[in-house]
Amino acid sequence: MIEFHLETRSGVPTYLQIVQQVRQAVRLGVLRPGDQLPTVKDVVGTLTVNPNTVLKAYRDLDREGLVEGRRGVGTFVAEDVAPLPPGDVQDLRSGLEGWIARARGAGLDDDTMAALFMDTLRPPAIRSVA
Amino acid sequence: MSAISTQGLGKRYGSKWALRDCTIEVPEGSVTALVGPNGAGKTTLLQLAVGLTRPSAGDVTVLGLSPRDPALLARVGFVGQEHPLHRGFTVAETLKLGRKLNPGWDDALAHERVQRLDLPLDRTVGRLSGGQRAQVALTVAVAKRPELLLLDEPVASLDPLARREFLNSLMEAVSETGLTVILSSHIVAELERVCDHLVILAEARAELAGPIDEIVAGHRLLTGPRTEATAVARMHDVIRERHTERQTTLLVRANGHVYDADWELHEVDLEEIVLAYLGYGASRPLAEAVAR
Repeated sequence: MIEFHLETRSGVPTYLQIVQQVRQAVRLGVLRPGDQLPTVKDVVGTLTVNPNTVLKAYRDLDREGLVEGRRGVGTFVAEDVAPLPPGDVQDLRSGLEGWIARARGAGLDDDTMAALFMDTLRPPAIRSVA
Repeated sequence: MSAISTQGLGKRYGSKWALRDCTIEVPEGSVTALVGPNGAGKTTLLQLAVGLTRPSAGDVTVLGLSPRDPALLARVGFVGQEHPLHRGFTVAETLKLGRKLNPGWDDALAHERVQRLDLPLDRTVGRLSGGQRAQVALTVAVAKRPELLLLDEPVASLDPLARREFLNSLMEAVSETGLTVILSSHIVAELERVCDHLVILAEARAELAGPIDEIVAGHRLLTGPRTEATAVARMHDVIRERHTERQTTLLVRANGHVYDADWELHEVDLEEIVLAYLGYGASRPLAEAVAR
């Protein structure tokens, strides 16, 4: 089971924050096929949010096939979602950790690292000239 | 169906309009925030909706009926400012009174809430904290099992912790009973969490009304070199403009995409949008262009 958190000043709508957190949890294998999402009532209780917002997020996730709502039971991660193999994720993460250590050693702060990573991720054509 | 629907609704006290030309729809099942500074007409709008006062102009229907229709008494709950309760009654007596007065009273729900919120049954209302008093008022209103609940400044007198607790138990009530809620507030923080619709009132007029997601998605902050806003204003509604010697910052309600390469685009949060509509920060040269 995961617990959601809210960044209220991010400008990202609440329902979208919930959607993104579920997507991220599934991608990183924190949530696996068949896992149950928190009930609407639980989310309302922990985050003090409007139940319609949670329903909207779960409906969106259902529509994109990531989760399945089962009437009267709850919302579950779809069985046919293929998560990343946990070993691979761990492997890639430790590779990144090594990179971060090197970058920090070179004097880069967190923002600069994030900017460099995002810039490298983009297609070469629109990459800024280093 | 709309929970509340108004058409050119207005209320005049003497020569002064407390609310003017107000046309809004509050969808059933929504949690709607009515925001605006003190004196903007929030209380007047709520009082018109519950039939405590009659309109000077226009119409209002509540759950499809006239506000003074006796059939609405059991279907609509109203909690006025300062959470009016009998201060000499204990919490238990307050619940008993609610049971006697309301045909649809849900005693199990009332007691379950009181227990969950740890409210002392044998203490008089006058000796409760402000937060507890607000929770008792909400419990009485919810246990009536209304389809529509109107709350006038329910959190204005509460400290941040009591405010969060109150909104939390309000949201739990919404998820348990599916009721429609309209709450007025001059405090904008936290409303984005709990509300899905918004009506902004300023100087007796409804400036903006709609789903919060659409409102947030539809507004952008534009920054660029100092310039007049006229080109942007041809395409979009400029809500607020600020100029420094070198830079111009515009808060716009975008009609479609903003393509202009002269401007850098930023997202804005709800609080910033509301403050802009309330006139905070700068002049509003195009006030008349703001869609109603």
